[in-house]
Amino acid sequence: MASSAARDKDEAVEAAWRNFRSGIWRKQIDVRDFIQQNYEPYDGDESFLARATPRTQKIWTQLQALFVEERRKGVLDVSQIPSSITAHAPGYIDRANEIIVGLQTDAPLKRAIMPNGGWRMVESALETYGYKPEPHVVEIFTKHRKTHNDAVFDAYTEEVRRCRASHVLTGLPDAYGRGRIIGDYRRVALYGVDRLILRKQQEKATLDTAMSLDPIIRDREELAEQIRALGELKEMAAGYGFDISGPAQSAKEAVQWLYFGYLAGVKEQNGAAMSLGRTSTFLDIYFERDLAEGALSEVQAQEIVDDFVIKLRIVRFLRTPEYDALFAGDPTWVTESIGGMGDDGRSLVTKTSFRFLQTLSNLGPAPEPNLTIWYSPRLPDGFRRFAAKVAIDTSALQFESDETMRRVWGDDGAIACCVSPMRLGKQMQFFGARANLAKCLLYAINGGRDEISGEQLAPPTEPVKGDVLDFDDVLGKFESMMDWLAGVYVNAMNIIHCMHDKYAYERLEMALHDYAPQRTMAFGMAGLSVVADSLSAIQHAKVWVVRDETGLVTDYRTEGEFPCFGNNDNRVDHLAVWVVGIFMNKLRKYPTYRDAIHTQSILTITSNVVYGKATGSTPDGRRRGEPFAPGANPMHGRDSHGILASAASVAKIPYRDAADGISLTESLMPGGLGRVEEERIANLTAILDGFFGGTGYHMNVNVLNRETLLDAMEHPEKYPNLTIRVSGYAVNFVRLTREQQIEVIHRTFHGGGGHA
Amino acid sequence: MPEDRAAVQPSLEAKSPYELRVGLGKGVPETDVRSALASGDMGFLHSFTTGSTLDGPGVRVVAWTTGCMWRCLYCHNPDTWTLTNGVPVSVAEATEELRKYRHSLKIMSGGLTISGGEPLVQHRFVAKLFRTAHEMKVHTALDTNGYYGDRLSDAELEWIDLVLLDIKTWDLERHRKLTGMDNGPTLEFARRLAARRRPIWLRFVLVPDLTDAPEDIAQIARFAAGLGNVERVDVLPFHQMGRYKYERLGIAYALKDTLPPSAEAVERACAQFRAAGLTAY
Repeated sequence: MASSAARDKDEAVEAAWRNFRSGIWRKQIDVRDFIQQNYEPYDGDESFLARATPRTQKIWTQLQALFVEERRKGVLDVSQIPSSITAHAPGYIDRANEIIVGLQTDAPLKRAIMPNGGWRMVESALETYGYKPEPHVVEIFTKHRKTHNDAVFDAYTEEVRRCRASHVLTGLPDAYGRGRIIGDYRRVALYGVDRLILRKQQEKATLDTAMSLDPIIRDREELAEQIRALGELKEMAAGYGFDISGPAQSAKEAVQWLYFGYLAGVKEQNGAAMSLGRTSTFLDIYFERDLAEGALSEVQAQEIVDDFVIKLRIVRFLRTPEYDALFAGDPTWVTESIGGMGDDGRSLVTKTSFRFLQTLSNLGPAPEPNLTIWYSPRLPDGFRRFAAKVAIDTSALQFESDETMRRVWGDDGAIACCVSPMRLGKQMQFFGARANLAKCLLYAINGGRDEISGEQLAPPTEPVKGDVLDFDDVLGKFESMMDWLAGVYVNAMNIIHCMHDKYAYERLEMALHDYAPQRTMAFGMAGLSVVADSLSAIQHAKVWVVRDETGLVTDYRTEGEFPCFGNNDNRVDHLAVWVVGIFMNKLRKYPTYRDAIHTQSILTITSNVVYGKATGSTPDGRRRGEPFAPGANPMHGRDSHGILASAASVAKIPYRDAADGISLTESLMPGGLGRVEEERIANLTAILDGFFGGTGYHMNVNVLNRETLLDAMEHPEKYPNLTIRVSGYAVNFVRLTREQQIEVIHRTFHGGGGHA
Repeated sequence: MPEDRAAVQPSLEAKSPYELRVGLGKGVPETDVRSALASGDMGFLHSFTTGSTLDGPGVRVVAWTTGCMWRCLYCHNPDTWTLTNGVPVSVAEATEELRKYRHSLKIMSGGLTISGGEPLVQHRFVAKLFRTAHEMKVHTALDTNGYYGDRLSDAELEWIDLVLLDIKTWDLERHRKLTGMDNGPTLEFARRLAARRRPIWLRFVLVPDLTDAPEDIAQIARFAAGLGNVERVDVLPFHQMGRYKYERLGIAYALKDTLPPSAEAVERACAQFRAAGLTAY
């Protein structure tokens, strides 16, 4: 009886793997090997792609009405059942017409509470949107169940609390889910859940001989939780009528199985970024097989991808307005990595890479899923041009250097969040927001006192003497202050991630990793260009300090010219390089929780505004409260020699000292890329080839139309490089007078350019 | 010649080349200006930018020189009229800056464009810079009204891969009214380039009631098509981006109420060029 069941199971596996080329992937959990053995690179153009079907349009239209309602109310609806993989009954948008099924709760856009990260956050979010927390839930999470947030504050030092309060450390994931962990959801489709459970049991068994001390006990407990989560994943899928204990038999099943894996992840965790991984080329193998078997048409293949992407677009978390302010809206960072080259020199672009990009046209542009092109000048022409076209049409793509990331992380990596690369299923990160380096510089000048409150934040050191800043003196003080800040920062991160593992462990996401994955601890810095320009001002011009009655330096007066970061001028670019390298080295001096590898990102997302708000005037002439530039961008208005110069400055920051990513946001006008579409595509492709052919790491490409220009008038800090070209002359949109801006908007509108 | 009132605007910071910039060359002695012009070792630049896609093929570095002998009614860069309102830059410095982009310009099928002002006011400097660019194997383009085309020797023309030639209008009277000068030398330069088989991209600014007479456009199209070396025509719609500069500089601006041409008018002008057998955008 048992052996016959086992035989049936083997037969089901063989049927699922029919016509796949064999490899080590059959013996071991090795999705990369499966891809390498079986995928078919595609070097053609986009002409094969299909439009949205009436069914897809109907589902998408049904959701539009809900989106309107959601925007009006803030959140559409809330479920106060604490979320877990199996907490909610199955939910549907339109059960009869959905191809890929599964929602986070029992209804679309209904948000669940996830209190394990922190109860206060949940409570505040509920109250904001007019819900009264249900008493039994309150009781559970205030009396019986400790949260990550509670635990972190139990262990925080006084110094960490002070730094948090003064915003020299900001955005730490101590009250919310850390995110930036990507389960290898492809494993669910390729192997089925039973095989994954078996593997986890084997991994756990290998620990039986080890002495039970903290790390081993923790590992065993985590593996047990992972196994339990995989069981729940099966149960959740069964609720939708699917048995995912075995591998997927078809493309549609592969997408469904993979999505169930992801869905379990977002039912369990409200992480800052819940990224998808690198799924398109994996799925393409299934699509190609079904197409070859005549089981699927191109229209049906696209329809499956469209339906999947619709699901990814409606992932929702219940968050507080403060959180949304920090991250500008309600992002989920369902990042999907597309393209890239394989180690063997073949491109990893497939037809399904195109199909994913096609969703932006079939469903209209959207920020989620966060489609990320792993760009190399070696990618096929057809794909590079199509990606450039989609970027121009939608401003919805970001580009990252496949060449740089592959050299370090191999050819099966993916981006978590915005710019954080990791090897899928083999690596995770401890996310750590960022340190405000501009504020740190001001602390150095003020002997450790906060420039706004006057409070002694850092251990007292000698403040600057005299009325004019001396470069060597400031540099030395700054270095010592960075040393101190790095120590506090690592300390805080160790506490946060110890407690997150303990109280809000990502059971399902980690179940889709190999045992003992490589861990990085991803630190970050904000205010790089402010710091570089400030040091440049001190070195090349004359900076006078202005002190208040307590001797605190609160302002600066600068005489003379100084080079600014973003103009491809080594006199200042090398200062930026120095800051990144030195801070990285300071961080590396301090040991990390679980021996994680120290990395750092130069990324602020949109929190550059919040960081700026909390920072006093700086020697570069930036006034107190004014926003920083985003990420590694040059300061708004100071990169005055065009996109190549500004990108070249940023590209000088060495990846080895910022292995969690260096973010550059560029905004271009469609008309600034060329006079006709063909030219615009060729020129954007050329710019990307130039940037990523060198040491460029990341480029957010905004190609903007009228609506965006209107937004730029209200929020110029978001568009530092919005360049418009007018008959042989270039202007930066945000530097124009209001009257001129209106003129440009009028002209653009009049010209009728751009898409609907 | 209109009075340059740059000196009365000393407080204006020139932190961006896209802004109105004045008083940049202040303090450069007259004799230095003369010797710079004579030797060409030094030039005066209003600004430069990188990443331009509208000043010749590919993605380019563009330098704008100062100094222009024309006073086109629709000029949007009146702050480039006066030579001494430029930053003095040596050929060596400019070359060093260009060298930074040499590799990426090649990847991006771009090059160096010198525009203005009228670059040939500083023809020695321009020629020297083109020569070094040419030696670096950087594609070179000259954006000019062609009036001083005869200042360039045949040998110097070899260093210029492409001429972006502005023909403002055909009718002589209208041309004088529009620019203050004759178009004869421009047309002569065009013929010389044709004879030497140097490619031209023709630039034509379409200004309602000023350059949009169909018979003028037809004449320019016929002339350009007859040359045989005009690879493309860019019809550039007039815009009002320069209006504020006139106000700030206190210069009378005859076109302050002129509206940009309609999309249809631009398309009509393009069609006229195409009808003559040219490629026009």
